[in-house]
Amino acid sequence: MNIVVCIKQVPETTEVEFDEATGRLKREGVAAIINPFDEYAIEAGLRLKEKYGGVVRALSMGPPMAEQALRDAIAMGADEGWLATDRVFGGADTWATSLTLALCIEKIGPFDIVICGLKTTDGDTGQTGPEMAEHLNVPHVSYVNEIGDVKDGKVRLRRNLDDGIETLEAPLPLIITVSKDINQPRLATLRGRLMAKRAEIKKITNQELGKDPKDLGLDGSFTRVVKIFTPPPHVGGEVIEGSPDELAEAIFRKLREEKVI
Amino acid sequence: MTSKAPVIVKDSCNGCGICVMACPFGAITIEAGRAVIGEGCRVCGACVDTCPSGAIEVAKVEVLDLSSWRGVLVFAEQHGSVIHPVAYELLGKGRELADHLSEPLYAVVLGKGVKPQAKELVSRGADTVFVFEDPSLESFRDDPYTDALADVCKEVKPSIFLIGATSIGRSLGPRVAARLKTGLTADCTGLDIEPETKLLRQTRPAYGGNIMATIITPNGRPQMATVRYKVMNEAKPDPSRKGEIVEKPLNRKAMTDRISIVSFEPAGDQVSITDADIIVAGGKGLGEAKGFELIRGLANVLGGAVGASRPTVDEGWIEYRHQVGLSGRTVRPKLYIACGISGSVQHQAGMRTSDVIISVNKDKDAPMCSISSLAAVGDLYEVVPRLIEKIKEYKMRG
Repeated sequence: MNIVVCIKQVPETTEVEFDEATGRLKREGVAAIINPFDEYAIEAGLRLKEKYGGVVRALSMGPPMAEQALRDAIAMGADEGWLATDRVFGGADTWATSLTLALCIEKIGPFDIVICGLKTTDGDTGQTGPEMAEHLNVPHVSYVNEIGDVKDGKVRLRRNLDDGIETLEAPLPLIITVSKDINQPRLATLRGRLMAKRAEIKKITNQELGKDPKDLGLDGSFTRVVKIFTPPPHVGGEVIEGSPDELAEAIFRKLREEKVI
Repeated sequence: MTSKAPVIVKDSCNGCGICVMACPFGAITIEAGRAVIGEGCRVCGACVDTCPSGAIEVAKVEVLDLSSWRGVLVFAEQHGSVIHPVAYELLGKGRELADHLSEPLYAVVLGKGVKPQAKELVSRGADTVFVFEDPSLESFRDDPYTDALADVCKEVKPSIFLIGATSIGRSLGPRVAARLKTGLTADCTGLDIEPETKLLRQTRPAYGGNIMATIITPNGRPQMATVRYKVMNEAKPDPSRKGEIVEKPLNRKAMTDRISIVSFEPAGDQVSITDADIIVAGGKGLGEAKGFELIRGLANVLGGAVGASRPTVDEGWIEYRHQVGLSGRTVRPKLYIACGISGSVQHQAGMRTSDVIISVNKDKDAPMCSISSLAAVGDLYEVVPRLIEKIKEYKMRG
């Protein structure tokens, strides 16, 4: 199987804090990591390869430093790392990102399945996978929590919806986004890390894609960020201390007051 | 090399580097004594405000003439021909936006046996409801739903198209947006109209809820947004409202359906946390999986649902469907009782709009305490059992 896994390098957002006084993100010491949701996608790709053979190619778009995320994917077991990096790709929204990635996938060669994480922890949109499906004109299945058998050019999938779990059969080639309960991503082995260090990361610039720069990156984006601000704090109320009984009584009174009981 | 970002560095830049510090995204470098805006730029404008020489400007966004696109379209998601309540929230917000623009409000519903629901959508504010009535649309299918919605947009040409950020909406929205070649803003929590340009301002959390971003779609139509469930106010029904109901035929020849549904297992009859009026949630302070028995006990006497913070789900103490927060569900109950939850930004993003928040926490400096209407500082294992007893006693007395 030709398997492509799309990944992104993100700041470790759980550590990103907003400095109220200066209105800036505190970036000092915040590590750049593989988007945690993408590790499930990599694991899903590796398991498909283990079962059916083939190649797992990790693909990312980003500045040159995003190479590290691809090396991390190789350390986990991916065969190749591809980085779409070019100034004209910068500032892209999900439309322009999905277009660039789709062009890269076509450039890399035939594929059977493209696997994406549910969303990224920085942008939080979950849109790039399904938008890529439109650009590549292949079907897309989101929230996949189980990849079943691949047979006669079709794959059996299970996915989480709000009101239950759906089992589907989809033809290859296909794009899926996987949810966090699909697997437990493996840790990189020492050998994997050594291999990753030496691995060649293949670069794709717009020279290879040959696209008009005004269709890519910020120029090719339909959305524009016009303002960034800190979420307004929730107005708090009373903080009470006391014996367990006093506390229980205070909550009880509050519940009565709010007509909950 | 000049940057592609519409942020312009003028000749008056002296390379002082203050903007480098001010940039939240680390996108500015000083090269040859002059600021260079790199590809990480998100055009937030932080550098513009801090530059002491006034050397940085944001170029004005040019707006194409897109005046042939008018009106607000709302996607009315349905399950078993029952309209998902998020559609009523979208109609509430959609009506407000449409009135502001003096343009019509449309709704579109796809399904089997959904025609009777069209009247309800009119009573909730839609001027025109488009109905795709077909057995093949009974449950959500990515391909035909994308086809039908893209077709209706091409025909109706709405200026704004709102979709609920449910699992269906977040799968469908990007497909339709990419098909129509327009922008899509995910998971919005705020929508309003920019008075001067009449553009839709779409506000949403990003970076794990640490920051909010306001986004516009100047040169794409429709301006598409998925909107978080339980954030906007539901439109109230008014049976006297008049509206048009238009049945749309399915363009079968152009329809695709590459995926077949094999089976569906409903999640069961447990109270879903998104629909619950009362949620009792447990966090890491429970210390162990067994702690959720206590949480269930309190939820039971109050007739509420059980919620959980992410660490407890990661630990495997409780199933994912209970998870509240940015990577779980957003909830907006009348009452949210947080037990042993410190209240990370990510958790707050999923519950801060609850009407009343009560928390029990050992640490009085926990962020949860500062957003609670009532924060009890104490050991939940001592407080909650006493609270359950008090409620039971009260109920016994009637």
